[in-house]
Amino acid sequence: MTDGHENRLGYAKEGLVVRLLVSRMLVSSVLAVAAVGGAGAAEPDLVRRAQLVSMVRQDCGSCHGLRLTGGLGPALLPDSLSGKPAAALIAAVLGGRPGTAMPGWSRFLSGAEAAWIVEQLQRGFPPLAERGGW
Amino acid sequence: MDRRAVAARFSATRRKGGLVNRWRTISRVLAGLAAVVVAGCAGRPVAGLRGTGDLGIVIERASGSVQIVDHSGRRSLGRIEGLGDLSHAHATVSRDGRYAYVFGRDGGLTKLDLLAGRIDRRIIQAGNSIGGSISQDGRLVVAQNYQPGGIKAFDADTLAPVAEVAAEYAPGRFSKVVGLADVPGQGFAYALFDAGEIWVTDFTDPSAPRTRRFAAGKQPYDGLVTPGGRYFMAGLFGEDGIALLDLWQPEQGVRRILDGYGRGEDKLPVFKMPHLRGWAVADGKAYLPAVGRHEVLVVDVTDWREVGRIAVAGQPVFVMARPDGRQVWVNFAFPDNALVQVIDTLEGAVIDTLSPGRAVLHMEFTPRGEAVWVSARDDDRVTVYDTATRKALAVLPARAPSGIFFTARAARIGF
Repeated sequence: MTDGHENRLGYAKEGLVVRLLVSRMLVSSVLAVAAVGGAGAAEPDLVRRAQLVSMVRQDCGSCHGLRLTGGLGPALLPDSLSGKPAAALIAAVLGGRPGTAMPGWSRFLSGAEAAWIVEQLQRGFPPLAERGGW
Repeated sequence: MDRRAVAARFSATRRKGGLVNRWRTISRVLAGLAAVVVAGCAGRPVAGLRGTGDLGIVIERASGSVQIVDHSGRRSLGRIEGLGDLSHAHATVSRDGRYAYVFGRDGGLTKLDLLAGRIDRRIIQAGNSIGGSISQDGRLVVAQNYQPGGIKAFDADTLAPVAEVAAEYAPGRFSKVVGLADVPGQGFAYALFDAGEIWVTDFTDPSAPRTRRFAAGKQPYDGLVTPGGRYFMAGLFGEDGIALLDLWQPEQGVRRILDGYGRGEDKLPVFKMPHLRGWAVADGKAYLPAVGRHEVLVVDVTDWREVGRIAVAGQPVFVMARPDGRQVWVNFAFPDNALVQVIDTLEGAVIDTLSPGRAVLHMEFTPRGEAVWVSARDDDRVTVYDTATRKALAVLPARAPSGIFFTARAARIGF
């Protein structure tokens, strides 16, 4: 996940190196967790999927936008994510991106759920379900 | 007044005779007819002849709509659709309190006529926007944008573009702009997230805005101007501290307050950025959200020293003083966003914890603070609380409501 975003934030070189190291360690540990979680873990069921869609659009949306066009965080549209390996994106979802405002969401998501979210993002994320009375 | 009633009045007058009486009656009737005609011209009026001081809007973020509300009657007056992407929508209010300018995520800037209950004008002014503010003289509406990074000024009547300041902090590098607030002297202060700077732009000559730049610190995430307009503060995400600029003496540069408030401890994850605005100041103290700590930080505004910390239920998002300053209401980031806590500023402690619904996104006090409106996105409702008893006075259905903006903002510096 070295797309130069950290550089733009203007960290001193030493800080950046440390952060990148920490970031790499985190990525690899999270990847391990994701692999374990992913192995044998079923894809989220329909009820959980609806919750995940709402979570991504509404809560992730507070930085990335309801339409995922970006805000304080980058856009999460298929075009903007193209060329980024799914594993790195899953790691970012679960472990966050040190040096940026992106926190890790592993408290709330299993590896399989993060993988499902990333897959949907790369494909074009599903819309919010309309609630009764709208 | 229908035709029969008019005729009846005329005949009554005729019977009584008396020229003076007759004229008085005729002029009354004409005035009544004129009022009907004016109201008829206004399209879909939300009400007859009335003021706007107790009106406001509730953003319905997921459906691109807003409701116009009346906080005296605690009721909705109607819904306006077609405002585009309203994630993180913000609004500022015209000087006369009649129009609300709504800034959408998709760069839409919509001027709503609260009396007529319709969109007066709408433009797309940027690719990705975060909010805006209105100038001291009420003639300029200024938007703060992420894409393209910078601010843009528009004529408040027509929304015609007037001026633009690109947030180009280094050649070819543009920053996202946060924390825009109007300041006295036709100025606007704002912070550059990517550049770590505070900029202050003077629009006295709207065709030639002048900008001063100040180093602030890492990743300023939002800003506020104190109620009198003297100080601009930018909260920092990338380090523990707040950048403070004295707008009366800007040549002194930015001063750091609350430096190292985290005491070197690991930050807790922040699942939603806190927000700042001039409501943070109550009774000589500023109440500010800590970042990565479940605390509200209290600062004395005479010397800017930390005078206390109040433990709260989660990462604070909005820390808002009731207009009289006796209470401060706090809502929280995910996953603690079903709660609201109330701090008594005399006791310096949380005195109440409320559960207004799932995903509480915003709160707005009535101008004198007897009530507060609280939006709960995932329960599709806005709850109005009595701030003294914390009892619910009313519950209004709304679609995924977020920001609530009352017209009293029109009269406040920094809103």
